[in-house]
Order: sequence, then structure tokens, then C-alpha cells
Amino acid sequence: MKPVAQPTPDTQAWFDRIDQGSLTVPRCQDCDHRFLYPRMCCPACGSRAVELVQASGRGVVDSFVVNHRGPQGFAEDAPYVLALIRLEEGPRLMAHVQVEDLTSARVDLPVVVTFTERGDRRVVQFIPAEVA
Amino acid sequence: MGLRGAIAIVGAAESTDLGKLPDMSALQLHVDAALNALADAGLKPSDVDGVASAGELPNDVADYLGIVPEYLDATNVGGCSYMLHVRHAMAAITAGLCETVLITHGESGRSRVGMQPWAPAPQSMMGQFEVPYGPVGAPSLFPIGVRRYMDTYGMTEEQFAMVPVVQREWAARNPRAKLRDPITVEDVLSSPVIADPIHLAHCCLVTDGGGALVLTSAERAKDLCSSAPVYVLGAGESSESSVVSGLASLTSSRAIERGGRAALRQAEVAHDDVGHLMIYDAFAHVPLYGLEDLGFVGRGEAAAFVAERNTAPGGRLPLNTNGGGLSYTHTGMYGMFAIQESVRQVRGTAPAQVDGVDVSVVTGVGGMFMTSGSLVLGSASTV
Ligand SMILES: [Zn+2]
Repeated sequence: MKPVAQPTPDTQAWFDRIDQGSLTVPRCQDCDHRFLYPRMCCPACGSRAVELVQASGRGVVDSFVVNHRGPQGFAEDAPYVLALIRLEEGPRLMAHVQVEDLTSARVDLPVVVTFTERGDRRVVQFIPAEVA
Repeated sequence: MGLRGAIAIVGAAESTDLGKLPDMSALQLHVDAALNALADAGLKPSDVDGVASAGELPNDVADYLGIVPEYLDATNVGGCSYMLHVRHAMAAITAGLCETVLITHGESGRSRVGMQPWAPAPQSMMGQFEVPYGPVGAPSLFPIGVRRYMDTYGMTEEQFAMVPVVQREWAARNPRAKLRDPITVEDVLSSPVIADPIHLAHCCLVTDGGGALVLTSAERAKDLCSSAPVYVLGAGESSESSVVSGLASLTSSRAIERGGRAALRQAEVAHDDVGHLMIYDAFAHVPLYGLEDLGFVGRGEAAAFVAERNTAPGGRLPLNTNGGGLSYTHTGMYGMFAIQESVRQVRGTAPAQVDGVDVSVVTGVGGMFMTSGSLVLGSASTV
């Protein structure tokens, strides 16, 4: 069984939106900084005025590895692309990039968000923009 | 008073054995190394009034040895914790909080005797944002930026493979190293793929072992009939993101850069003064990032620098001369072993001794570039 995030009070709202199929990015209402992970204050200025804003869902592969082994729940999926996605809004997220052909995974590959079901929760994933 | 050269390492030793030690718990490995380091310093446990450790709590190490300390440092920020212990001891001893500090490491990384399994807590940021994607632990999380590095700077797989090849050359000169047979670029690239571009040969060993240091003021060091004191000329520490996805850069480490350059500044040494270098090599890319972050080479130059044998035996900047985590030993929190090799090189007692090392720099990392600590160590001629 693959794990799902166990949200803490400061990340709950962000994961709730994921479960609704919506990717958001925390934004500071004082300095406009956008960041991840979600937290109760802005890491750029310390303001507590933080809101979740809708993300475009577009990004690029900043870097990645192709896991040829996997921990429990993932071993049967290997090899799979474990990537850091640079969102259009600025911050990065870790996710899988779901590709038919592993050789199509590359640095700077444009990707768009998708969501996969995991139990009664959803998990953020990405697919190449050209496939979408 | 200034901190440069204010304290000295007067005792340094590893556990009696390294490797597979199913008959020793992690705590025993701390204590075994501590007794060896105290013997090296010509001191007894009762001479110690400060204890620092990571993995086991310093109060537990102190109690086992019958020490009632007046200074405790339980800093645990991963494998570089021991660099931070030295830095904190530098301040504490100089300020008069204590006189003699014992720093211990012990880890049953391979046999797992008396050890909890490593796993991020499910409610930690890494547990929430990264574990659900099935990283293969450190082997995929730590080197995840290497593709970006290759893309940015044009590092080839062959250049990258030279890191383990060169370190194995150092290990071949060290009878205590676990892996001593020479390897080629071909051997590295044909070793099993773990998390492409990382092959097994790019990954550190997993072993059991320990190490310990004894520090005191430079003044008091002169009166101890130990091996030649090794002076702490500079020290620095830093940290950044709790998750890999939050690191400022995927092609460098802000924590290494901040901590390392602070150490060099405090030590008042130029890069050309450094005769020996240790950079924590949990995976083969870390020394490359470190060479650049510490300023020994420019951005993007480290892979060619290593491939052209500048860090190899006979090269101008000997690096990871014990064989490193890749070939010597790696218990999990390897930083202590990197410090031990720097001490040996400055003392002139290393198995693969480099000629005339008066200044050695040793840099550790914790987590996946989340923390870093650096030390600049010097011989008597530097103070
Ligand atoms: Zn702000």
C-alpha cells in the first residue's frame, strides 16, 4: 500500500484542495511571495497573512531520477520517474512524471498537473504537456 | 579573545573495529571509540567535563562512562553533527563553560543493534510531501539534482564515475578501508542502477563503527602528553530546506557554502593554503558540489577537476584520502570519520599520508543537503 500524506493543521487546507482535484500555492498577502510547503507564515517576510491561490497546473521538470527500485508499494512500478517540478508560480513540488517512454523524461520538460486516486485521497502527479 | 586556534583536538580515535560488528550495540560503539580517544589523549573519563554526541544522547554516553558533565551538547542535525559539536565546544571551552569535551559517534548502521529504523515521521514535511512518491530513501532523494547539474554544466557520466574511481585509489592505500580493489569508469557504469543516474558504485557503504574526539583549550593542550595537538582554526554551520523540493538550488548547497566559507574566513586561510580536504561523500555528487560551494573551483568545474586527477594521489588537492564513505566506511552519520582522517593527515599519521599537511578542511552534510558543518584544522605551525 502506497502511503498518503497525513496532513498537519498547517497543511490540511492544501491537501483538502488536492483531494478536491485542485492544486493551489500558498501566497503571502503582504509581500506576494509564493512558496511550498504550506505553512502558517511567509518564509520571505514572516507575515501570518497567508492564503491559498489557484495554481495554473503548469510547470517544468527541474530535475529527476529514474528509480529502478522502490520501497514497499512502489517496487512493482519500477522503473518510475521521481521528479522535482518547478511550478509556473515559482515553488517546487516532488511528484512522479507519468511517461510512456522513460527516455522522454528530461530536464526542462514542460508538464501539467494530474491527480491519481489513492484510497479515498488524491495525489498530485504530472504528465508531459504535449500528452495533455 | 578570538576563537581561531583557541582549542585543540588532543585525542582522536575510531572504534577498534569497523565493518560488520553484530556483537556491538550503537552505544557500545560510542563508548569503544571514546575509550580509544581518551587513551590517545592520555586522559581518563574523569578528566572530561563536557560531552557531545549524536545518535545516542550525550547523557547516556556520559553515564555509561561514569562522567558527570557540566556541559552537554545533543545537537543532531544528521551526519555533520560532529562538526557542529566541535564548533560549539570551541565557544564553550573558550568561554570557560567547561575544560575538556568528549565528542562521540557510534552507529550500528549495518547490523542495526540497538538502533531504530530510519524513516521520516509521517507528519514531518518530508513525510507529507515526499515519502508518498516512493523515494528509495537517500539514494534517490540526495542525488535528485544531479540531472540538473549535468544539464547545466555538461558533466558526463564518465566524469561523474571518476569520483568513486579516484576515491578507490585512496582506499587501496588504506588497510582499514572496506573496499580496496581498483575500479574503472566501466565498473562504475556497469554497477546496478539504483536511481538513474546513480549506480551502486556512486553510493556509500553501510557499516558499523564509531569515532570520538577529545578537545581542550590550546593552552591546556600544551601540557598534555598526547600526540601533537591539532588546532581548530575555523568552524561554520548552516541549514536550509526541510524537504528536497525546497532547496534553494539543485546544483549547489547553500548550507555547505555558508558554513564552509564562514569556517575559512574565521581560519584566515586562503584556498591555496589548504593541503588536504575531506568532503562528506554519502553519494558521489556531494564532493563535486562541495568543491564548488567551498570555492576550491568555480561553478561547473568540479567534475573535470576530479576527472583530471587533481584530487587523486599525487594531485594538487588530495580529497577524501581515507577512501571516503564510498570505499572506507559509512555508518550513517559519517562526519566523524571525515574529521578523524583530517586529524590524521594534520598529525602526519594517515595510512595514505599526504606530504606536509598543515591545513585541512573537513566539510560534512546532514540529511539531503539540509544541514552542513565545516572545520578548518591546523598543525602547530599555523597558530
Ligand atoms: Zn511575505
